[in-house]
Amino acid sequence: MKYSYYPGCTLRTKAVDLDLYARASAKALGIELEEIEEWQCCGGVYPLGTDEIGSKLSSVRALNAAKEKGQALVTMCSACHHVIKRVNDDMKNVDDIRTRANNYMELDEPYTGETEVLHFLEVLRDKVGFDTLKEKVTNPLTGKKIGAYYGCLLLRPSKLLSFDDPENPTIIEDFIRAIGAEPVIYPYRNECCGGYISLKEKEMAESMCDKIMDSAEGFGAEMLITACPLCMYNLNKSGKLPVYYFTELLAEALGVRGECKEEVQA
Amino acid sequence: MSSNKQAEQIKEISGVNPLKCMKCGKCSASCPSYNEMDIKPHQFVSYVVNEDIESLVNSKSLWKCLSCFACVERCPRDVKPGKLIDAARQMVVRQREQDYLSPNEIPELLDPDLPQQLLVSAFRRYRR
Amino acid sequence: MQRLGVFVCHCGSNIAATVDVAKVAEMALMEPGVVHAEDYQYMCSEAGQAKIAEAIKEKNLTGIVVCSCSPRMHEATFRKAAERAGLNPYMVEIANIREHCSWIHKDMEEATKKAVILMRAAVAKVNLNTPLQPGESRVTKRALVIGGGIAGIQTALDIADAGYEVDIVEKTPSIGGRMSQLDKTFPTLDCSACILTPKMVEASAHEKINIYTYSEVEKVSGFVGDFTVDIRKKARHVDMDKCTGCGVCQEKCPSKKAPSEFNRGLNKRSAIYTPFAQAIPNVPVIDCDNCIKFKTGKCGICAKVCQAGAIDYEQQDEIVTQKYGAIVVATGFDTINLEKYDEYAYSQSPDVITSLELERVMNAAGPTHGHLERLSDGKAPKEIVFIQCVGSRCSDDRGKPYCSKICCMYTAKHAMLIRDKYPDVNVTVFYIDVRTPGKNFDEFYRRAVEQYGVNYIKGQVGKVILQPNGKLLVQGADLLDNRQILKEADMVVLATAIEPNPDVRKIATMLTASIDTNNFLTEAHAKLRPVESPTAGIFLSGVCQGPKDIPETVAQAGAAAVKAIGLLAKDKLLTNPCTAKSDELLCNGCSTCANVCPYGAITYEDKEVNDHGIREVRRLAVVNNALCQGCGACTVACPSGAMDLQGFSNRQIIAEVDAICR
Repeated sequence: MKYSYYPGCTLRTKAVDLDLYARASAKALGIELEEIEEWQCCGGVYPLGTDEIGSKLSSVRALNAAKEKGQALVTMCSACHHVIKRVNDDMKNVDDIRTRANNYMELDEPYTGETEVLHFLEVLRDKVGFDTLKEKVTNPLTGKKIGAYYGCLLLRPSKLLSFDDPENPTIIEDFIRAIGAEPVIYPYRNECCGGYISLKEKEMAESMCDKIMDSAEGFGAEMLITACPLCMYNLNKSGKLPVYYFTELLAEALGVRGECKEEVQA
Repeated sequence: MSSNKQAEQIKEISGVNPLKCMKCGKCSASCPSYNEMDIKPHQFVSYVVNEDIESLVNSKSLWKCLSCFACVERCPRDVKPGKLIDAARQMVVRQREQDYLSPNEIPELLDPDLPQQLLVSAFRRYRR
Repeated sequence: MQRLGVFVCHCGSNIAATVDVAKVAEMALMEPGVVHAEDYQYMCSEAGQAKIAEAIKEKNLTGIVVCSCSPRMHEATFRKAAERAGLNPYMVEIANIREHCSWIHKDMEEATKKAVILMRAAVAKVNLNTPLQPGESRVTKRALVIGGGIAGIQTALDIADAGYEVDIVEKTPSIGGRMSQLDKTFPTLDCSACILTPKMVEASAHEKINIYTYSEVEKVSGFVGDFTVDIRKKARHVDMDKCTGCGVCQEKCPSKKAPSEFNRGLNKRSAIYTPFAQAIPNVPVIDCDNCIKFKTGKCGICAKVCQAGAIDYEQQDEIVTQKYGAIVVATGFDTINLEKYDEYAYSQSPDVITSLELERVMNAAGPTHGHLERLSDGKAPKEIVFIQCVGSRCSDDRGKPYCSKICCMYTAKHAMLIRDKYPDVNVTVFYIDVRTPGKNFDEFYRRAVEQYGVNYIKGQVGKVILQPNGKLLVQGADLLDNRQILKEADMVVLATAIEPNPDVRKIATMLTASIDTNNFLTEAHAKLRPVESPTAGIFLSGVCQGPKDIPETVAQAGAAAVKAIGLLAKDKLLTNPCTAKSDELLCNGCSTCANVCPYGAITYEDKEVNDHGIREVRRLAVVNNALCQGCGACTVACPSGAMDLQGFSNRQIIAEVDAICR
């Protein structure tokens, strides 16, 4: 299994662990993640305005790079995934955006949404299979009670992202089971952590994260896992439960966490 | 710009037809920022219909919306109030000197754990 | 050469305000064959029809064109008028200058131009019309009612009371339908079973009514007055004649794990079962998927305990073939699947239930024996929240675009009944609009508010949140107070949208009855023929046509019965003479037409033909005029151009096109 890989800017800096654990786990699972050359920041948020083109071009470049290699494009960060998947939908289905973006880019062959965009969780679910993953786990996280935190960006709008049921998702719970732990289902797992609002309205984000943490804790979660560095940051501010990247626990279950740890600290 | 033109512009940027709204309030029932907003999500729709864009662009709700898409996901009429709010925000930040975030503010907002993604996202939403 | 008359109707201002009618008449006189043209305010009025008759007689007209409204409105009127004046009714053509022209255009000049073109096309066609004679077909004096709910029962009773034989085909083991699942009925709060059971008994005892339960319509052929229907009687594995309905088999059955359909899956039933105590017939069926005997070969307890020896494991499905003159569809509804609405936590908490499930909870024969309790822990609720319009009025792809119509009233009923029986329970209703058109309906809803103190909040709910303490948190909007509400509740009841029974698609296909985008059967005319399908001989009863409550269903069921009786009362029917006809010299017997014919009207025979002096035996298509409905599929499919439709011949249609393009 070979994929083009778009790590995203935060995975080069504050969330380098999300990336390193993912790469080590992928390797252990026989997945080759081939990083796209000279990728650029996706912009962090999907530009909602129908007349926005410029802010979508970096995503188009990444998508086109994957297309040229004939590979699906794998993302790790929820925000990058959200932005790139939606831009891909625009390029596939919105004539105006497709035409204008292609006019600007002057590619050898116009890009029209050919690339399949997969979040790493989707690779685990749909390509590897959670049953296979379970077999490859050498160090099951038996007895750990883990709450999945989905947030918004992976799930909504569900029609475009077609990731999971937006109100009652199961993919991360299934992932938790596959690595031998026990998922804790709590109703606020698809509520917003506050997102970018935490820059200027810190109290708002904190109260939202408190609500999420209280709910998870109330249902017996000992920790939360997430796929998004911004969710991680906001949730950590609340500080009630420890929060991990899903890739870290994956690496642990696959017995490769130790080798990354030093690299992360370095 | 006349209020009529402004309303048209919001509809164009957002791609939303506010007349599809049946005033059920599910957006306001879903909104996690509801209590922080002066103009509530369901009211955004009627402000655009009534072409009262002045109040809209001066509303603090613009800066409280999280773009979490809960209203977009649950709207039974496909109206997407979140997109209307974003379009109003765009109208404001596309005018010079109307940014909600200035680079000078950044140093005091930073902390050691703050991910780059947060700065990028905030600049995208708050600035031209 | 034809002598034609053209009559241009003003339709008050409907046409005349947009089309220069005098100009159309004037232009008509320039068309080939036209010897008379005039315009008049209302052609369909007696005076208008008299003008037509007069012109036919005075000018010896051989054909006429009426430029007016849609032929669906008045073609029959003008054909009859022509016939009274001695003209063959099939020498009448309608140019639709209202729906196709005046109503959809604003500019008079443009509209007049178009009206003239439409008139020309009709004149070109009638020039090639030939007089046609309708044939006759017989009427089988027996009706089939598909569906044994209150709609089907009422229709069957009314038809049977008029003296005709009626068969009811019901898919489940008992008649009764949705109404049998209801506890009380609005707006009078009488017990549903108390008013339904007498009807069920009456139907089953009626000498003219024959009920096939646990049966399905498998195949339909034929046409109005003469349908042939195959009914599959599914194997009950219980002999209807021997069973005494004592119920011992159900008591002793060791397999009691199947979800009870009647109680909406809220409790379990045995593998051999009657759906409910008042079931008709009171004869159980064996559910083979859950029966130990059928699954493993062992058990057989029901056969051992049955004193009457009625259990028959060897019983097979049986096909009954029967002829009918009329068919009434009464297939009813179900609630939609709530899978896509999990913001209301229906699949996450047993304390979030649908209103139909609440009916079972409140019913003495239900899973809680009529005690209002939470299904999670059996505790008595103190706070109940009702959410309206769950899946109704949704233009996204999750729900239904229509109003389900019954929810406002049944929610008021539930709220009132709960407040009456359990005064310490608080009831809150989140609504978008309260819709109560109907006799004594709004008064009923106001009683819930004023007399019973039900708290109505205008606003939808965004999310139902499970809490660690087992209670539910309802996050909703109060639009009048402009605030977001977080309300703790012990139970949440969802007014779930209704949809036509999913089986109706299959049935509509068999009947060639049309269906709309929501799977409701389409009526022949939304206002004037609301209980008839556009397919002749097919009638519509109850919710299969659109959402309705019990009084409306019963009224419509009666109306459908009257229409069916009107048909059955006739000995013979005139058949449409606009049927297909094959040209023997052109037909090459390829079978293409027979393959596309939806009515099975085309067969083949070997026949000697004289083709320009050459006599030979050829395989030729033959159309059965009694079966042919004149749809024209064969005429387009025929590769050699042999097949033609009388009254709509290829020549006539080309002449129309030529006239339009002239």
